[in-house]
Amino acid sequence: MDFSLSEEQIALKDTLAKFIERDYSFDNRWKVIRSTEGWSRAHWNQLAEIGLMALPVAEADGGLGGGGVDTMVVMEQIGRGLVLEPYLGCVVVPAALIKAAATDAQRAALCEGLASGETLYAFAHTEPGQRYERASVSLAATANGAGYTLNGKKISVLGGDCADTLIVSAVVAGDSAASLFLVPANAAGVKRHAYPMQDAQRGADIEFTNVSVGADALLVTRGKAQAAIDYALDVGCAALCAEAVGAMTELQKITIEYLKTRKQFGRALGTNQALQHRAVDMLMHVEMSRSMALEAAVAVENPDANARAKAVSAAKTLVGQGCRFVGQNAVQLHGGIGVTHELNTSHYFKRLAMINATLGDTDWHLARYGDSLLAA
Amino acid sequence: MDLRYSPEQQQFAQDVREFTRANLDPKVARKVLEGARLERDDFLNWHKALHKKGWVGVGWPKAFGGTGWDSTHQHIFDEVTADEGAPQLIPFGLRMVAPVIMNFGNKEQQDYHLPKILSGENWWCQGYSEPGSGSDLASLKCKAERVGDHYIVNGQKTWTTLGQHADWIFCLVRTSTDGRQQEGISFLLIDMKTPGITVRPIIMLDQEHEVNEVWFDDVKVPVENRVGEENKGWTYAKFLLSHERTGIAGVGRCKRIVKRLQNVAQQAKSNGKPLIEDVRFRDRLAQVEIDLRALEITLLRVLDAEREQRQPGPEASLLKIKGSEIQQMLTELTMMAAGPAALPYVREGENGAADVSWLSDEAYRYASGHYFNFRKTSIYGGSNEIQRNIITQLVLGL
Repeated sequence: MDFSLSEEQIALKDTLAKFIERDYSFDNRWKVIRSTEGWSRAHWNQLAEIGLMALPVAEADGGLGGGGVDTMVVMEQIGRGLVLEPYLGCVVVPAALIKAAATDAQRAALCEGLASGETLYAFAHTEPGQRYERASVSLAATANGAGYTLNGKKISVLGGDCADTLIVSAVVAGDSAASLFLVPANAAGVKRHAYPMQDAQRGADIEFTNVSVGADALLVTRGKAQAAIDYALDVGCAALCAEAVGAMTELQKITIEYLKTRKQFGRALGTNQALQHRAVDMLMHVEMSRSMALEAAVAVENPDANARAKAVSAAKTLVGQGCRFVGQNAVQLHGGIGVTHELNTSHYFKRLAMINATLGDTDWHLARYGDSLLAA
Repeated sequence: MDLRYSPEQQQFAQDVREFTRANLDPKVARKVLEGARLERDDFLNWHKALHKKGWVGVGWPKAFGGTGWDSTHQHIFDEVTADEGAPQLIPFGLRMVAPVIMNFGNKEQQDYHLPKILSGENWWCQGYSEPGSGSDLASLKCKAERVGDHYIVNGQKTWTTLGQHADWIFCLVRTSTDGRQQEGISFLLIDMKTPGITVRPIIMLDQEHEVNEVWFDDVKVPVENRVGEENKGWTYAKFLLSHERTGIAGVGRCKRIVKRLQNVAQQAKSNGKPLIEDVRFRDRLAQVEIDLRALEITLLRVLDAEREQRQPGPEASLLKIKGSEIQQMLTELTMMAAGPAALPYVREGENGAADVSWLSDEAYRYASGHYFNFRKTSIYGGSNEIQRNIITQLVLGL
């Protein structure tokens, strides 16, 4: 048992912390939010230079071969800084999908652009009415001789606004489970409705109308993609847990600072026991969440899919509860200024709320964990 | 970063399990797993078996006859022995007064007391709380007046856990009323056989005799039984309390209760189906399991961070709050699992023997009693509200 980070991980953390300090002030972040794309290609290139895009790609595929803990280190900083660049959607989840689902030849072709940051991928999976259920895909793929024709709709695609290549889950008629297809975002019949999300990150709903792809667009054996989907989404959940911990830690700090400085009735807010005890409860949520983010980061490396699922869902449940408690109470303890757009308090709150709503909320993961008790 | 046990640690866990199976009386293990009341010898026999093996000084340095184990090994020991149904090692000697004697006692005190704590020859109890001084401990009044080579102690202590079995008591006493109340407290070691000490049972809400009142009436205590300096006892008291709090988290015991609760939920029937299939109950069980895992990792993180300085910091308060809440939730869920079988109160016979043949399901015999009993966990060792005050001051700096 060992809770220490490696020297490389510490260096990575420090480098990112410096990047955030330098480039992610409240005002700078606002400028990026208001830009056309809503995130910065210049930042993206800086992050690629640090090696972030190559990090989750295997060394054999030209990457750095990082694991769950490396991703955790990065995501925690991304959470601290409320970073807008689509690292989770365009790198972490696609890299996991490609790792789990692509053939050797495909990986060689896909990983070059992924590891350099030049090609943006996004996983188009969630559908209207599907909520968080991972296996209920209905986007239809019809075999058409030379390849497949795709018809259907995906929603809330992280990085779907900017991705060059979409990895789309679909079901071929007659198959009992999903397949994965590589679809160029500019293919005929792909229509994206890009939007800013509540937390200022970007996403898209995407319609597929008679989109034609070749047989080589199939990423894994037809009808056998579910294991890769589950793996990639678990990797995404673990990353979200780490991001949440970074954001919660920062929000907790900001709130304590406010309690120390804001005066009411002639004394600091933080002298009121009702507020002190709430602040302690926030701290406990942060620390318990930190422990479970660690659990998830380590669990994604576990080859036993059931054990991985159980640990990741435990983490996402507890962290989701932390997101809610820390977010809501940070706003409450700030009072009126907390419900404005003028302090970063509300921005952290919104990101934390969206993290809970992404890739399975507290209820969904609690139920998934509970199912593992039934099977026991 | 690696949350798995190393091969060496796994082997250690295996050794602890084998030793426990070979040396723990199965009758005692059954009592522990069922939650029955334990007698003095149930605790002592296990203590002595561990002593013979050299495993009783779990958190102690080797220099004092301890195991010298690091925090991970201590956790493994706690987890495995709890899982096998071993009685909890009574903390008052081993985990509470011993570290104080090691750090602040003189050579004579160390040489006399520490071996007797290890061997189990002396059973210790704690003389901290008084009727008017619970969480507000520093206001304590039990008085020790210096007369020649002795202190004459007069006053009352309360909530003295298992004091009915104790040979010695460590006491916070008032030796001065000048200045701040924290600055007039001394730390005394008192032989329970000294004339003038009276122990009276307090019957708790589960109708069990677990705690006591201890009265001191002109009790003569030799000055050499004072630990450290006169009027500096508060420093030692606080040191001890932080040791108490990491122990209070009770992760090993909680894991055992969870396991039992899982079995109960598989076996208990609700409307003909296993209770675990009831989604509302399953959600509650899942939640407490998740909370417990988070507590366990947090505990290991704290122990890991403390390895260097060996003394628990204010994070111990956090563990105490979460640990007590989880223990309470587990006892509450067990009572819920019992359903209507939670209602009967089964009076225990003198030696644990009672006619229970009429009980519809013996598995739930202690369920409600534990629920009631465990309300203490958020009150003792400094109530959870006091812990929040401590974190407010020492961690948040508010």
